[in-house]
Amino acid sequence: MLHISTLHYLVLGGALFLLGVIGVLTRRNVVIVLMSIELILNAVNLNLVAFSRLWGGLHGQVFAIFVITDAAAEAAVGLGILIAFFRNKETINVDEVNLLKW
Amino acid sequence: MLIGGILVITRRNAVHSALALIAALLAQAGLYLMLYAPFVAGVQIILYAGGIMVLFLFVIMLVSIERTQRERQFNRQWLVGIVAAAALGGLFITVYTKGKGIFPDRALPPVEAQNTQNVGTLLYGQYMFAFEIASLLLLVAIIGAVVMAKKRI
Repeated sequence: MLHISTLHYLVLGGALFLLGVIGVLTRRNVVIVLMSIELILNAVNLNLVAFSRLWGGLHGQVFAIFVITDAAAEAAVGLGILIAFFRNKETINVDEVNLLKW
Repeated sequence: MLIGGILVITRRNAVHSALALIAALLAQAGLYLMLYAPFVAGVQIILYAGGIMVLFLFVIMLVSIERTQRERQFNRQWLVGIVAAAALGGLFITVYTKGKGIFPDRALPPVEAQNTQNVGTLLYGQYMFAFEIASLLLLVAIIGAVVMAKKRI
């Protein structure tokens, strides 16, 4: 059986990060953009835990827990903004959000 | 897990995206278990797959999904977005191939028996201040979300 090294986890994390970036940059639906941000945060978490396993400490896992906390806060605030915006403009497309545009 | 991620950004129906994201998150919890991090895996399942995804599904049900399904799914800058992401991917590939020596493929250290206990000790000992700041951040997020979603303040 193939030995799974830290580099495999890092490559998987990088690929996941790329998927999230593509989702953020190309989708129009705000909900799916927020889900892509969750993908990015998860890729970072995977890297943190993999490095924590590599160096034998637990600091990476503690940081992963902090990142999960931040992701929860970000999702709550983002979805609150989304609901307020949908109530005002009846749309959830990112390119119709132009209230702050000059 | 990658399949789940791809499904997240390509589905037309947002509910299907959310279900694919749940699959990806559960797969990642399995990866945490493979990395001997059972506490993080549990937090991942309870918080992400349980809490945050329920929040997402609520909001998907609140906003109308029938109309957005018929519209264009990708914005006008999608080509630029793909190019930027490809540039970032090239950067990643360069780092991974050139920096193989930075990530040593050595024998992994032995696993401690009480993962959760050690994480808790570290969280309440060395990272006490950061922990308190995280709780403050959660409080601010709760108040912010309620204020945003309220009809009139």
